[in-house]
Amino acid sequence: MSTDTDTETQNLTLVQAVRDGLRTEMQRDDDVIVLGEDVGKNGGVFRATEGLYDEFGDDRVIDTPLAESGIVGTSIGMAAYGLRPVPEIQFMGFIYPAFDQIVSHAARLRTRTRGRFTCPMVVRAPYGGGIRAPEHHSESKEAFFVHEPGLKVVIPSTPADTKGLLASAIRDPDPVVFLEPKLIYRAFREDVPTGEHTVPLGEAAVRREGSDVSVFTWGAMTRPTMEAAENLADAGVDCEVIDLRTLSPLDRETIVDSFEKTGRAAVVHEAPRTGGLGGEITAILQEESLLYQEAPIQRITGFDTPVPLYALEDYYLPSPTRIEDGIREVVDF
Amino acid sequence: MSDVFDRDPDDRVRILDESGELVGDLPDLSDAELVDLYRYMRLARHFDERAVNLQRQGRMGTYPPLAGQEAAQVGSAMALDPRDWIAPSYREHAAVHVHGLDLADILLYWMGHGAGGWRADVNVLPAAVPIATQVPHTTGVALASKLRGESEGSDSPRKTGEAGDSEESRSSDHRTKSGDAVACAYFGDGATSEGDFHEGLNMAGVFDVPAVFLCNNNGWAISVPRERQTASPTLAGKAVAYGIDGVQVDGMDPLATYEVTRAAVEKARTPGDRPRPTLIEAVQYRFGAHTTADDPTVYRDEAEVEAWRRRDPIPRLERFLRETGRLDDAAVEDIEASVRDQVSAAIERAEHTPRPDPDAMFDDVYAGLPPALRDQRAYLHRLRDRHGDDAFLKD
Repeated sequence: MSTDTDTETQNLTLVQAVRDGLRTEMQRDDDVIVLGEDVGKNGGVFRATEGLYDEFGDDRVIDTPLAESGIVGTSIGMAAYGLRPVPEIQFMGFIYPAFDQIVSHAARLRTRTRGRFTCPMVVRAPYGGGIRAPEHHSESKEAFFVHEPGLKVVIPSTPADTKGLLASAIRDPDPVVFLEPKLIYRAFREDVPTGEHTVPLGEAAVRREGSDVSVFTWGAMTRPTMEAAENLADAGVDCEVIDLRTLSPLDRETIVDSFEKTGRAAVVHEAPRTGGLGGEITAILQEESLLYQEAPIQRITGFDTPVPLYALEDYYLPSPTRIEDGIREVVDF
Repeated sequence: MSDVFDRDPDDRVRILDESGELVGDLPDLSDAELVDLYRYMRLARHFDERAVNLQRQGRMGTYPPLAGQEAAQVGSAMALDPRDWIAPSYREHAAVHVHGLDLADILLYWMGHGAGGWRADVNVLPAAVPIATQVPHTTGVALASKLRGESEGSDSPRKTGEAGDSEESRSSDHRTKSGDAVACAYFGDGATSEGDFHEGLNMAGVFDVPAVFLCNNNGWAISVPRERQTASPTLAGKAVAYGIDGVQVDGMDPLATYEVTRAAVEKARTPGDRPRPTLIEAVQYRFGAHTTADDPTVYRDEAEVEAWRRRDPIPRLERFLRETGRLDDAAVEDIEASVRDQVSAAIERAEHTPRPDPDAMFDDVYAGLPPALRDQRAYLHRLRDRHGDDAFLKD
């Protein structure tokens, strides 16, 4: 599964693993350059780049003017030249000025030049709700980028995966949108390999094996989904929980195999329901495994509303109770 | 102040120096208005201190402080007529209050409550949290105002609706002026790096709209200093590229910010010899953090903060008002007491506003509720009936 250079580990939070992943890849490859708003001297508003400015200097950790389109557009130029830029967008809700650069250029530079120019760039952004943040700081719009051919989309849910997936994304020859679940940036620690560590893109992880129902999720929703699964286990329902980790390209094989074992499925995501990845996963199961299906597939998701200001966000985000309720609908059908 | 716009971009307009001495012409403000200007700044400072404390005590979410920036906000907003529009950033608590938003509603927004941050009878757009997005909106409001040409003493276009408590809005002392309603954008130095800033100002110049673009240059965009934001020697100088006027003003001089904005508004209202739009660069400093989630000691020196504190707009206006007999100890004490009471009352009202009904999430997404949203709302009702609200709420 993962490739490590040694067996030493450090006990890190997810955001520390981001930093460690960046640092390890920057030590490995001089072409890796971090740029964005407040990533240098300040070490990032979430401290994800803390210490990198002092270690690598201002040629490799670049504080930029406040300009998302400029940050990503500049990164595309650097990537076309042959560097490996890792631009940070401070919050996913502020990525939209860069949307044109990402979808019109990063995603298709390879296609447009038949590989003469490529865009090995990783756009990092914290995403998701649940931290009582101000407006526009809680978005989960991964589906926008999954919808764009030419991009890869990755969302880790554990510290070790964060480091390993980030390293793979940086080494990947194509542009990757790397979304970090800020709700769990500091929620727990895990042993993370100290040296080089990669986790391949495009492979889901089975977080809990089970026989009654397959529950597909990713990122910050993995924890409440696991909590719901444990509660249901006490009630005699055996959930298999699959953390997709890479949303584009999807690991269709793991998704289908699990469903063909259980015959029942739910998808949990905090993004709005309509046009979210739940629909795509459901369609894959319809295409591949219709005859295994024993119940309607449930989507347990954010609502088709803007993320509300934080007084109501607990109602918006799928909670363990809501996830449990949805899984029961599938199992009791 | 006929020379407000005939000057170099780095020739900063000043009226009241750091020691409270007049170094320019006193604007045409009555004694009562001058005291109002002072009182609004005291109110803003006290509001800000209380708001930061509310956040520290877990009674409010992340909050962006304004301390140090009172003069630019209050001085400029007092130069607007109630029918004019403000398109604010997220730090303009004082400006939008002067223009008519209740303090309690401003607090409610930062308490995560959707009923806050706007008011039915006030022309203040919701705070732009992404950066510089409000700049083209300002051009659009101004273009609409120009196209509709509500001139010559016509009534305010504002809709009257559910009026909140009208605590302390300025509507009583407004002067109706002829000409078009003016739109005023407030944004920071960082915003001038965004594409929307360029596009909005460019279109404002092309359409020659009645707009004022007020850049609160507080020296820092979170951790990035102004000199790393642009290689341009001034922000006011950027106006040259758009064919509009640009002027730099001491942003901690309440009389100068008032006067420059007043002149820009007057010029905007009706077509004349000069371009109608103006870019104002108000040079100032934020004494505190970018937001309560930020730690400025990581990126700037305390000595720099102290140097700017000596230019604090509030003591300098107080000194001037006292020395010219417009203010005495008793009046200052009255103002302090009334400001405290007013902010306490606003906090009381905000904190006693019940959590919104979860239906509020669904009800205003569209004018009408589409079937899918109706189903989702009903689903949430069923879940709450089945499990109780405590199963959802973390606090």
